Amino acid sequence: MALADTARVAAPTPVRSVSTTNACRMCMPLGASLALAGFEGTVPFLHGSQGCATYIRRYLISHFREPMDIASSSIAESSTVFGGESALVDGIANVARVYRPAMIGVATTCLTETIGEDVGGALARIDGCRPEPADPAADGSVSPTGAAPALVHVSTPAYAGTHVDGYQAAVAATVGALAEPGAPTEQVVVLPGLVSPADLRHLREVVDGFGLSHLLVPDISDRLDAGVAEEYQRLPPGGTPLAEAAAACRARAAVTLGGLVSPGTALAGELLEDRFGVAHHRLALPIGIRLTDALVETLEGLGGTAPHWLDAERGRLVDAYVDGHKYLAERTAVLFGDEDLVLGLAVWLAEIGVTPAACVTGGRSGRLAAELVRLAPELDGRVTVVDDGDFAEVEELVRALSPDLLVGHSRGYPLSRALDVPLVRVGLPIHDRVGAARTRHLGYRGTQELFDRVTNALIERRQDESAVGYAYM
Amino acid sequence: MNPDPMTELDQISAAQLAVANRELGPELAVPLPRDTPDGAALATALVESYPPKVGRKRSKHIRVNDPSTIPTIEANSRTVPGIITQRGCCYAGCKGVVLGPVTDIVHIVHGPVGCSYYSWMTRRNQAIVPEGEANYLPYTFTTDMTENEIIFGGEKKLLAAIREAYELLHPKAIAVFATCPVGLIGDDVHAVAAQAREELGINVFGFSCEGYKGVSQSAGHHIANNGLFKHVVGTEQLPDELKVNPIRVNLLGEYNIGGDAFELERVFARCGIELVSTFSGNAQYSDLARSADANLNLVMCHRSINYMAEMMETKYGIPWLKVNFIGAEATAKSLRKIARYFDDAVLIDRVEQVIAEELAALEPVRAEVLSRVGGKPVMLYVGGSRAHHYQSLFADIGMPVVAAGYEFAHRDDYEGSVVMPTITVDADSKNIEELTVAADPDAYEQRKSPDEIAELAERGVRLGEYDGMMAQMAKGAMVVDDISHAELERLIAEYQPAVVCSGIKDKYVIEKMGVPCKQLHNYDSGGPYAGFKGAINFYTEIDRMVNAQVWRLVTPPWATAPAPVG
Repeated sequence: MALADTARVAAPTPVRSVSTTNACRMCMPLGASLALAGFEGTVPFLHGSQGCATYIRRYLISHFREPMDIASSSIAESSTVFGGESALVDGIANVARVYRPAMIGVATTCLTETIGEDVGGALARIDGCRPEPADPAADGSVSPTGAAPALVHVSTPAYAGTHVDGYQAAVAATVGALAEPGAPTEQVVVLPGLVSPADLRHLREVVDGFGLSHLLVPDISDRLDAGVAEEYQRLPPGGTPLAEAAAACRARAAVTLGGLVSPGTALAGELLEDRFGVAHHRLALPIGIRLTDALVETLEGLGGTAPHWLDAERGRLVDAYVDGHKYLAERTAVLFGDEDLVLGLAVWLAEIGVTPAACVTGGRSGRLAAELVRLAPELDGRVTVVDDGDFAEVEELVRALSPDLLVGHSRGYPLSRALDVPLVRVGLPIHDRVGAARTRHLGYRGTQELFDRVTNALIERRQDESAVGYAYM
Repeated sequence: MNPDPMTELDQISAAQLAVANRELGPELAVPLPRDTPDGAALATALVESYPPKVGRKRSKHIRVNDPSTIPTIEANSRTVPGIITQRGCCYAGCKGVVLGPVTDIVHIVHGPVGCSYYSWMTRRNQAIVPEGEANYLPYTFTTDMTENEIIFGGEKKLLAAIREAYELLHPKAIAVFATCPVGLIGDDVHAVAAQAREELGINVFGFSCEGYKGVSQSAGHHIANNGLFKHVVGTEQLPDELKVNPIRVNLLGEYNIGGDAFELERVFARCGIELVSTFSGNAQYSDLARSADANLNLVMCHRSINYMAEMMETKYGIPWLKVNFIGAEATAKSLRKIARYFDDAVLIDRVEQVIAEELAALEPVRAEVLSRVGGKPVMLYVGGSRAHHYQSLFADIGMPVVAAGYEFAHRDDYEGSVVMPTITVDADSKNIEELTVAADPDAYEQRKSPDEIAELAERGVRLGEYDGMMAQMAKGAMVVDDISHAELERLIAEYQPAVVCSGIKDKYVIEKMGVPCKQLHNYDSGGPYAGFKGAINFYTEIDRMVNAQVWRLVTPPWATAPAPVG
């Protein structure tokens, strides 16, 4: 590694403040809502104040630029005293009637967790007292298949974790609740974490390419990145089919991509392994050559054969590295966002000669620093990692490090503008550009796209700063 | 103030007055297209998919309009659970809407992380802060409560956070906002604020705006009004050099989304109207603190701020006038009312001159856009005043409003302020404090006598009251309160509007149906739309949206082509 970098990356760990200033994470119910939206025919339902559903819808809709319905029990002040079960029951009945969903995923909020609502019990009582509908068309409380909607419950108080925890908790809760043990299947369950619809499509293509029968859990790719339709459908098509999610417990293997969560949050992959004996593999998000190679090895280990096109994509990516290295060497970046994404990006940036001098996440796994060094040993001692961080800390580090680049979501824009450091937008939320759903981060192909964006951002900066105005860079 | 207000008015000729009265009267609706579906049948159809009990409840929120005998509508009642409402929460109304735009108050959200994050610069309220002065708009501070504080209480952390903010930034004021768990665990934000106020010597005040209070963000507006009135308004004096011009107003309920307040500031400056404070777009703490020295309160979004207008009138003697600066004709009318109120010949002339110049510049655009969009139907489902105000803007370009409704309004927003005494207070509203206000023995100064107020009313300047949406809407148009997703979809299918004005939560549902949707909460990426230049922006924006060729691509040619024969 370049010696010159050592001085530039020696930044002190920022001072911890009492307040969180411009937070670098969102709340658990947001993550849970997003995960639940990735199951077929499902309506996410937040048990609490309606503001939670409204704020979260506004946030996710602005990112995906797609409809995103989240129901709410619209708890009022009296229910904080007498309990919210009747609002929950009414709300579920109304969603069932109007939407005819296959599943309603109920996530709790700060309010219902603080008053100690027994949501699991309430849902069991609804399930228990619901008669089999004689005429599905007459009784609105059924899905188009004639069955009453499955009811799933996940506990998501914002004070207990991050949006990523909420996401993973909802996936685990759903997989656990739907599980129907039985004869083993040949399927490989892929648990992709919080990635973009374009990433999910690409993952599907990759695993398909290995000739492996597989299932993505959950899968928001169609429901949150849909085309125009002849007729608007209230329940957008797509998502992980519930019957297949129910069979996940019989799969031959589960592969978790990412999965850095706060202590206490269970991953679906762990649940499948502990409770049902499914072999669980855990990998970092496949960004860059090293981390994507690791996915390839895992899939080969599961009996798949890498397709030729994947090999070709890898070759093109390495070729692009060669073409671009002169623009990248000895550059530095500050990264912020979700732990999984920051980890994958940091390992990749190190691979192309850009030092991820500081990595700030709102996550609380406490494992990011160790994972970074494990996966990219060359970063040992050269990167400042801040867990449970905020943008005050990002700003402090950017001022101290003067990086060439910021890599993160839209929330970094004010900083990018104020300190005049270019921002490459990745992850969630992206509210100031189109194409968030189409942004690919994963695999050789996703890396290729990131590589071009990062390299071009640096070239553009150098070109703009040139007094001469070179048109050949 | 003019010592003898009638003198100037008396000098105006009868002919001028007749014109003024006509100009100041209620606005006329664009007639509904001839093929508009029958409202009564549609009103019934709208609630068909609900369970019967929910259907009965929702029916009370749905009315077919008749401006001559304004119907009674149910509003501001608790949302039906599971209905997928557009509504937000009390905290959103208090912090997000009313207090949030003030640039130099440090806003600390006491609660878990999400609430502060989601209200962080998402409303597109703008500010231009004088060089060297604080602007905390880009920041959102939260105590980021964890399980530990939920169990053992968060007051200590809150106090530490306030102290920290003070040490770092030395703001003039710090406001604290309570979120759901705070009220439930019994943290007293007011006591902590009082302690900090004492200790730090700056104004620190709290808001009990937990998300579950009331039935929508409307409760938060009221709580915000109360807090500002109690802790800020009247705490500073307007410097003497700023008291030279008696034509001094506050602009209440203007939050500077997309720069609306900038345009109104420009228009006011041209007319010679001194703006003491806006509540609360592009406003600083001291503006609000000095606002009791204005001589007229102009009320834009009455839903979010009428409490403030009423309380300031009682305590300080400042009358209030409902205005609408959305739409060129509406803006002109509002300016004329202000001029009549101040009864100042120079102002009256200047206002007329400004209106003439601004309308002359705007007219070619208006006429051209009207030629392309006139007669095309519009639906508006948004807010607590915008679904009304924007009807004036659409009237400018000849677009009929076939259906409209609010998200969090009360009955008076539909039926007019005249119904306020008849509104029953239900359990959900009862918990929102009503301040007891009396005339201030020192600061009260009657600006207009009852006789003068009556006189002004006769001349078309009605102080202290407003018409609701229904008075301006055409007979037969559909009014739906707190509309649900399913109802909105049905209305779109039936009315086939050329454009729907709504918010981000509906936007992409509407656009998936092949209909353009203009967000009127945060204006998408556009604005300003207020005043004259804003009106031009809106005309061209609607023209662009309605006539964009993209809508022609939605259905592929093979989907409509006849099946091949043979």
